[in-house]
Amino acid sequence: MNRPIVHLFGLFTLLFALLVGFTSRWSVFEAESLEDETANRRPLLEQQRIPRGLIYARDGTVMAKNEQLGNRQTRRFVRRYPTDSLFSHAVGYSFIDRGRAGLEQSRNDVLTGSGNEFASLIDELSGAQEGDSLRTTLDPEAQRAAIEGLGGRRGSVVAIEPETGRIRAMASLPDFDPNAVRERFNDLNADEDSPLFNRATQARYPPGSTFKVVTAAAALDDGRYGPNTTVSGKNDKPISGVPLENFEGAQFGQVTLTEALTKSINTAWAEVGADLGDSTMLRYMRRFGFGAEPPLDYPRSQLAASGVFDEELLDEDDPIDIGRVAIGQERLQVTPLQMAMVAATVANNGALMQPLFGERAIAPDGRVTERIRPDRVRRVIDASAARELTGMMSSVVEEGSGTAAQLRGVRVAGKTGTAERGAGVNQAWFIAFAPVEDPKIALAVTVEQASGTGGEVAAPIARRVLEVILDAKGRGSSGPAASGGF
Amino acid sequence: MVSARLRELFGLLPVALLVTAGFTAVVLSRTEEVNDLSLTYGGFFLGLCVFAHFFIRIRLPQADPYLFPLAALLAAFGMVMIYRIDEELARQQAQWFVIGLVFFCATVVLLRDHRVLERYRYTIAAASIVLLFLPRVPGIGDRVNGAFLAIQVGPVQFQPAELAKIGIIVFLASYLGETRDVLVRGRVPRLSLKHFGPLLVVWGAAMLLLVFIRDLGSSLMFFGGFLALLYVATSRLSLVAAGAAMFAAGAVFFAHTVGHVQDRVSIWLDPLRPQVVEDEGYQVAQSMFAQADGGLFGTGFGRALLELPGGGLILPAADTDLIYALIVNEVGLFGGTAVVLIYLLFTARGFKVALLARDGFSKLLAAGLTAVFAMQVFVIVGGVTRVIPLTGVTLPFVSYGGSSIVANLVLLALLLIVSHDARRDTAEDRGGVA
Repeated sequence: MNRPIVHLFGLFTLLFALLVGFTSRWSVFEAESLEDETANRRPLLEQQRIPRGLIYARDGTVMAKNEQLGNRQTRRFVRRYPTDSLFSHAVGYSFIDRGRAGLEQSRNDVLTGSGNEFASLIDELSGAQEGDSLRTTLDPEAQRAAIEGLGGRRGSVVAIEPETGRIRAMASLPDFDPNAVRERFNDLNADEDSPLFNRATQARYPPGSTFKVVTAAAALDDGRYGPNTTVSGKNDKPISGVPLENFEGAQFGQVTLTEALTKSINTAWAEVGADLGDSTMLRYMRRFGFGAEPPLDYPRSQLAASGVFDEELLDEDDPIDIGRVAIGQERLQVTPLQMAMVAATVANNGALMQPLFGERAIAPDGRVTERIRPDRVRRVIDASAARELTGMMSSVVEEGSGTAAQLRGVRVAGKTGTAERGAGVNQAWFIAFAPVEDPKIALAVTVEQASGTGGEVAAPIARRVLEVILDAKGRGSSGPAASGGF
Repeated sequence: MVSARLRELFGLLPVALLVTAGFTAVVLSRTEEVNDLSLTYGGFFLGLCVFAHFFIRIRLPQADPYLFPLAALLAAFGMVMIYRIDEELARQQAQWFVIGLVFFCATVVLLRDHRVLERYRYTIAAASIVLLFLPRVPGIGDRVNGAFLAIQVGPVQFQPAELAKIGIIVFLASYLGETRDVLVRGRVPRLSLKHFGPLLVVWGAAMLLLVFIRDLGSSLMFFGGFLALLYVATSRLSLVAAGAAMFAAGAVFFAHTVGHVQDRVSIWLDPLRPQVVEDEGYQVAQSMFAQADGGLFGTGFGRALLELPGGGLILPAADTDLIYALIVNEVGLFGGTAVVLIYLLFTARGFKVALLARDGFSKLLAAGLTAVFAMQVFVIVGGVTRVIPLTGVTLPFVSYGGSSIVANLVLLALLLIVSHDARRDTAEDRGGVA
């Protein structure tokens, strides 16, 4: 009877080898695909066990922190947003059951500590993963001024440091309380006012006359025009064969480009645009960043491109009435962020900087693990053209349509915009930068369904934000040192 | 030459190491600080092992020196995992070990000669069959995941299949030991009902198990044990093949007709389908996810994700049926392989006992007990790793559960008795002094 016993042992050896084979199949060979299974909640639950890094404002205010729940074995972290709705769109939210938005999404690697290969290896060995904190340049005082300025009206404010591209304020109304996202997500999503929608980066509006800054930049940089070149400001001048009307049917004679910008004369700028032609205009627009999503450290899904749209983005090959595009009409649609980038480019002597929220990443032990340095995207126009354009835009605020943005002791350059959206309902705009001599801040303000013009509705909001940012700087806060050693 | 018992004592060293390291790791993962009180279960468990060693030294001095340390090593693994899941469960498990050891000692003391069992074989067979069908009795039967595997008497839950497996093997060993001559001598074409009779009866019993208890696992375990015995008794592969074919045919037939068996099979084939993954397929799916999380080396004792934020465990039945998945999760493929290897060594020692045994009944008893033990390991680990459909049997010595511990310690006692008996005979033959 001994031989069958030996055989039997051989059989069990084979069967047990099969067990080891299948164990290695699940634990090693197919482990990755099992971890990607939608039914596998382990990766999500694991993420909850990692304390995410905090998100700080420019002045050290904590905008996102963690709340620990459970005991040591079951501990998990849930996000809290101490600034409530103040930075709802910029900071966004991160909840296991609701996903992520805003900086919480775009800087997730830093915040979970999984961005740094070496650090992840150490964490793997020590078994304790912790995210890095993120310092931003968002400025609570400026943000508050922007939101108070909007005063509950739907609209948006974006303020950028021209030299560095760093974003100091990004407001979008209506906003939401990120702390309420978990309970009220479906309501917020279904809300007709779309509070989750970031108007600063996602909403496309007709820019009105603020776009004349882009046309002027193209005209000056192209070399065929100067601030004193004269053009006709006659009312009802035919553009692309159709008569174009000036604002309130105003009649002008031969005017300089400076005068044409100061008084925002449609027919003069339409003629300039038509004269420059499709390809020149579109080339300069692309240089300013039109036609692509801005390179902001923000989720792609929350960024929209600006440009001439007919369901999709149009280019030279499509029939475009470029004369009307030149004054912000036609099918031109822009985001507030794009218009703030236009103002910042002019303020920065014609060079476009990458817009940035993040300033540096800080490890839990206080080490700075990453400095996010300013990056020049490209030179859009010559410094001399930018200086000429700055002069023209100062004249808008000093004696033109933008006088409501004047500050005591500080020269402001700007441009108003009023896009009619129906009888007495306008999209009001104002883009500006200051101080003219050495611009520290550039911004774009827009208000939906305003009853007044850009100069009446948007310029005062811009003034309020400029006041706060430029004053605060004078009072000796950390200043540029806090924004990366510049 | 180092005596057998000294080897056994040395064999307990890895057990002590595992218990100390394992408990310390689990405690550290919780509190950063080793608490003496938490370690008492570990110390208590080691005390039990040393006690059992001295008991064997006195009562069964010639018994195989490796079987007990291997069982203790498995039990130590189980204690660490159960302690990691729930401290209170570990306390109860330690209690069950005390009760199990009482049964172990009682078996050794009362059963001076295991051949006595042959006299009661029909009583034992009848009792085992009654035990097996108890879970279907209304009032005390308990349905777990669609299968009838346990009975509930007052606060105590009991899985009768655990004890029944020993009884059935005792009966079959005795029966086949007596009739094997007939079975061996008969030529296959002339085999009459007399030869096939017992085969048919056992096959019928296994099929009944499948239908009434609705558990493919236990019926596979019993029938596998039976076929192993039949093969050892007769050396006839043709008989074994016929039996296996009959079982397969029956299983396939019932897989298509009995809803519960059918479900189990379809879940086994694809547990990740969205329709079943949160429902009937949940256990198998979570078992695979836990193993995937473990990888090569695992997360470490006490460090795997187990508790859900809202309470409850992400890995269901982590202390019983799916404990192997938790082991792979925490100590990885290496730890899982180690556990399977310990079982293989235990199986090897069990068969060694059978090889050394002198008489037919002892040989068949040792081989049968070892085979049914190994089958049980294959059925549950195979279920957890999706080699076969998952069914509810325990992982011997490792899983939490009173009936499992008691039954497997009795099984160990029987193997040691047979071993002591066989080696004593050998020693006498060599001219040693009895």
